[in-house]
Amino acid sequence: MSTPPRHFAPAARWLHWSMAVGLLAMLFIGAGMAASVSERHEWLLQLHKPLGIALLALAVIRVAIRLSTRQPPLPADLPGPQALAAKASHLLLYGLMLSLPLLGWAMLSAAGDPVSLGAGVQLPPLIAPDAKTFAVLRTAHGYLAYLLFLTVLVHLAAALYHGLIRRDGVLRSMARAR
Amino acid sequence: MTKPPPLSTGDTLARFGLIGVPVVVLAAAMAYVHGWLDPGRLTPERIVDTLQASGGAHPGYRRNHAKGVCVSGWFESSGQLAQYSKAEVFAPGRTPVVGRFALPGGNPYAPDSSVPIRSFALRFTQADGQQWRTGMNSMPVFPVGTTEAFFASLQASRPDPATGKPNPAAQQAFFASHPETAPFLAWVKTAKPSASFATERYDGLNAFYLVAADGKRQAVRWDVEPVGVTPAATAGEGADFLEHDLEQRLVAGPLRWALKMTFAAPGDPVDDASKQWPQDRQAIVAGTVVLDHAVSQMDGPCRDINYDPTLLPQGIEVSGDPLLPARSAAYADSYLRRTGEVETLNTAQERRP
Repeated sequence: MSTPPRHFAPAARWLHWSMAVGLLAMLFIGAGMAASVSERHEWLLQLHKPLGIALLALAVIRVAIRLSTRQPPLPADLPGPQALAAKASHLLLYGLMLSLPLLGWAMLSAAGDPVSLGAGVQLPPLIAPDAKTFAVLRTAHGYLAYLLFLTVLVHLAAALYHGLIRRDGVLRSMARAR
Repeated sequence: MTKPPPLSTGDTLARFGLIGVPVVVLAAAMAYVHGWLDPGRLTPERIVDTLQASGGAHPGYRRNHAKGVCVSGWFESSGQLAQYSKAEVFAPGRTPVVGRFALPGGNPYAPDSSVPIRSFALRFTQADGQQWRTGMNSMPVFPVGTTEAFFASLQASRPDPATGKPNPAAQQAFFASHPETAPFLAWVKTAKPSASFATERYDGLNAFYLVAADGKRQAVRWDVEPVGVTPAATAGEGADFLEHDLEQRLVAGPLRWALKMTFAAPGDPVDDASKQWPQDRQAIVAGTVVLDHAVSQMDGPCRDINYDPTLLPQGIEVSGDPLLPARSAAYADSYLRRTGEVETLNTAQERRP
């Protein structure tokens, strides 16, 4: 067995940072459009849908890369609870990255709304229209988005903790190639 | 990997502080965008809360235009508008529609004679899956042109807790401070509650753009005008004469409205629904709306449709009218509330006074 890598694969790093920007933008766009009645509501909504589908596609690619490349291991001296928190929070991040756009797509389908991404591009409905289902999916979409935002904040704080306090190479494994 | 040198206590604290900076900045930015740090902001929630306060609690119903009836039929396009809009709905032929006639206000049991305004919402579903949704009202002009003024009008017409009725002084003060309401007030003074949905003209009020295949944009407003309809002699008995009249008329045959597109001339306001355009503007009849069925809104096909006027096919676009995004945002909030309560509708029907 070869020595484990000390850094994430280049494609994984590229996806991580571009999706970090995209996801944060998306979370702010979503919160902003839900709390606005001005023309901002309209143009944020027009951004939200195509960006959400783009992030879904990137998340699928990202999971594929994650499963097909070797990850640098966590430091051997990392306390058990922290290692567990690291694994659980990453699982949560992946789960939310995949489920939020699917929830958005499904909730528009449940409302009977066309899922249009602009420029005449339209996605087929994921599920049949149903009012009760819409309310459940729409509510979940909102709460899970805030859960993703909180998880991202924890992830950011943990990464900086590794980089500034523990200085154990974990932050560098995603930040740099060498 | 070699172990890094230990940090001094002061250094450790400083570094924890550094970690906190981006976390706190992002959290504060999100709180602001969400509206927590900005309590004065007009949000969809505040608009719908105010509507709800006026209409009373009626779970499962729309927070405005709560009383209504579902209708269905089709739009027969003449093809006359096809050169101005690439929307499939304007090519010659038929497009199915699901509509809803309603009364303004949040009370689903309001007597039909209580307001002189009737409304008509339509959803056109094109063969390519794109939709056009519109909500029209039987008045020629909207009282106000901005969302802030609309919200002020809602606040002014909130029932006084002491009397249970809107405070006339607050309403007078609102109209006095909003001179743009004059054309609406002049109209409403002579307006009478109609005895039929079928005899009314319904106006889209907000301006939109038609977009042609070559990209040319034309500002328009639309309305539907009844065709070949016999006026109702007098209003029927009871509180729900409009629905009875509609059903009776549909037994005799389909009802028709001409869908008329009025073109703005250069200089006409396209972002202010409180300002009418001059009567002599060019208009084109795009086709005929034909309705042949009516069903109760409790289980009809219109019940679960949010008639969001910004839901448009390619070939129609929103204008800069600020009421359009406000309607879209407030309708979405009302839709979420009522779809979450949809199971209470059956018991509400039993409780009906």
